[in-house]
Amino acid sequence: MKHIMTLNTRDMAKSAENGGCGECQTSCQSACKTSCGIANQNCENENR
Amino acid sequence: MIHQYKLNGYNIVLDTYSASVHVTDDASYDAIAMLDQGMDRTAIGDRLKQHYAGDGLTDADVADIFADIDALIADQKLFTEDVFKDKAFDLKNRSNVVKALCLLVAHTCNLNCSYCFASQGRFDNKTGLMSFETGKRALDFLVENSGFRRNLEVDFFGGEPLVNFDVCRQLVAYARSIEKEKKKNFRFTLTTNGVNVNDEVIEWANKECYNVVLSLDGRKDVNDRFRVDKAGNGSYDRIVPNFQKFVKARGGKGYYMRGTFTHFNTDFTKDIFHMADDLGFSQLSMEPVVADPSSPGALTREDLPEVFRQYEILAKDMIRREKEGKPITFYHYMINLEGGPCIYKRISGCGSGTEYMAVTATGDLYPCHQFVGDENYRLGNIWDGVTNTALRDEFKLCNVYARHDCDNCWAKLYCSGGCAANAYHATGDIHGTYEMGCEIFRKRIECAIMIKAAEMQMQSQAD
Repeated sequence: MKHIMTLNTRDMAKSAENGGCGECQTSCQSACKTSCGIANQNCENENR
Repeated sequence: MIHQYKLNGYNIVLDTYSASVHVTDDASYDAIAMLDQGMDRTAIGDRLKQHYAGDGLTDADVADIFADIDALIADQKLFTEDVFKDKAFDLKNRSNVVKALCLLVAHTCNLNCSYCFASQGRFDNKTGLMSFETGKRALDFLVENSGFRRNLEVDFFGGEPLVNFDVCRQLVAYARSIEKEKKKNFRFTLTTNGVNVNDEVIEWANKECYNVVLSLDGRKDVNDRFRVDKAGNGSYDRIVPNFQKFVKARGGKGYYMRGTFTHFNTDFTKDIFHMADDLGFSQLSMEPVVADPSSPGALTREDLPEVFRQYEILAKDMIRREKEGKPITFYHYMINLEGGPCIYKRISGCGSGTEYMAVTATGDLYPCHQFVGDENYRLGNIWDGVTNTALRDEFKLCNVYARHDCDNCWAKLYCSGGCAANAYHATGDIHGTYEMGCEIFRKRIECAIMIKAAEMQMQSQAD
């Protein structure tokens, strides 16, 4: 592409097929305790 | 749905439902905006050639721009539709697996921070320490209700958990004694104010806790405004040496220096930089205070422009530090674009009241630590389990699609609709939204993604 650069991101549609295992960290167990941010949670599904 | 913004010289386009991130030149940025407004391509091309005539934009360039855009559309990375809405309804059928507990091992505190959402740890005056037997039963409850989940999380919280350190230690020993047989992996975290941190605590926490959250608000005068003992003395001089020793001994294991900023220090990047540059910490977090609007430290709408400016200062400075080989991390900018959460997590959120619960010192269950003490939100207890199943079902369905304020928000799959407790405290309804918190959240996501764009640029230059 000449005009647009795209960052590598997780395929959300694909994650609908193989996601939802629930092994990832609960967001409030990290540092916030007063907000809900899930974007910084790492996926722990080894089969994704 | 898309969202476009310009920050630090980057033109960024976010595609909400694919979670794609694009960095564009000026002309394609404008072309995408005009397409989003429904303009036809001939008119867009004419507008671009007129606007960018000085840059020598040609018909061929316009064709290239549309070719780039069409490739992204074909690849499902731009102007994607919401194909996930129906997934939200699956959530009501999801299992009742519990995977994380916040253990309030001490409903008391050795500090007296006036902004504490836990009423200085007393949670509406219900003081007390958790017994080992209660804590043990909480761990058994977690194991019994965790299904096939292997990773179980337990946070020692309070009040101040180290006031009840012996029980924390005994509970970890108990968990370690059963985890192999039960095929579980306990991950412990400790949130502490630092007053009781000593060599014994450090050795234990560095062996057993995969993350520790260390509360410090930054500069001495800022920290000591709220983080005082019962006599009103500031805690900074006592806790900073403890934290420095703690982190140094941690040997690379995870920690966060976790501060709170208020109306009185909207220049909070100075506190972050103080912790980084003067105190030597590199893993940092700084949260906006959660407070009743009538309290003097509560953030006001008038504070927001400065708060946003501070987040930009922080983001730009983190890029500088990374370039200089001395990076720091900031919790809310640690966005994981490639290996981050799946769509289910992005819809369902923090799991409060379902897979995540708080346990009081006497064994009562609440949806999370911020609901503790509110009788309407008591789910049950660790002996009888969740008895208020209607409340659990309410939380099960409390996802991003249940919050209609989020319908047109581009950031909804980064926050899952936000914190239920904040929504409840702001609107009286867990399905509401805490709008000021949303505005702050959106700004942080913009900054976090801009940093990713800068990192991509740095990487491509290095290559």
